Amino acid sequence: MSQTHFQLFNLPQAFAIDLAVLDTQYRRLQSEVHPDRFASASDAEKRQSLQLATQANDAYQTLKDPLQRGRYLLQLKGIDTLEESNTAMPTAFLMQQMEWREAIEDAQNMAQLEVLQQDLREKFNSLCAKLQAALDQSHDDKMATEAVRQLSFMDKLLNEIDQAMELIET
Amino acid sequence: MAYSDKVLDHYENPRNVGALDKNDDHVGTGMVGAPACGDVMKLQIRVNDDGIIEDAKFKTYGCGSAIASSSLVTEWLKGKNLDQAMTIKNSDIAEELALPPVKIHCSVLAEDAIKAAIADLKQKQAA
Repeated sequence: MSQTHFQLFNLPQAFAIDLAVLDTQYRRLQSEVHPDRFASASDAEKRQSLQLATQANDAYQTLKDPLQRGRYLLQLKGIDTLEESNTAMPTAFLMQQMEWREAIEDAQNMAQLEVLQQDLREKFNSLCAKLQAALDQSHDDKMATEAVRQLSFMDKLLNEIDQAMELIET
Repeated sequence: MAYSDKVLDHYENPRNVGALDKNDDHVGTGMVGAPACGDVMKLQIRVNDDGIIEDAKFKTYGCGSAIASSSLVTEWLKGKNLDQAMTIKNSDIAEELALPPVKIHCSVLAEDAIKAAIADLKQKQAA
């Protein structure tokens, strides 16, 4: 039985985690499995330490990010968020996505993009709060799945706005 | 990633971009989105009194493959009745556009948009 990402870092299996503890545990583990410490070890031990270092990296990247952490917690419960194959989303949500995309396209200057970015971040954070409540308190898997799916859209939109900002800056 | 010539053609010259009156009883609107890529697709069809699709419009925010998939299906939909329209499969779209495996979900999005638009129309006409 392999360890979960949470077990690897001695963290409780929950959405609300202490990111400072995650950082500390990650750095501790990385130094424990650092190749320098295995210079004179057997090949098997070297392989094992390298494997652990890779797993620690993956685990850290997954747990650090709220969207990935939420998706992973659902996976541990055997729930697939079907982000590739299930295209049914609430119409009002999709309308708002379209409006935001249009607004990013139409934005003329940095100030307008910054206002938009603020809106998007607020929406992202409110979805994270919803996800936390669904995963840690009400244990409502359906709501958690929907929150992850919507966060996935918001994540992409925030990337879009970063790109639009880069274009304006140059 | 390299796009096929057909994808590029639809991407650079998209057919039937626009909107139809969503309050019209002869118009069905389908909205779908793929969380994996953040793509959003709106597809609208208008049928005449004989139930034949006489116009189709789309608006898609997404990658070239998603835009090409929706542009292509608006061309395919015109002149079909609803039963024929229901038979359009994502695999047909993917094959026509030579989509690589990682872009198959774009064609899924287009198929689902057709189904959603037809469902919306049927619901309206039953009411």
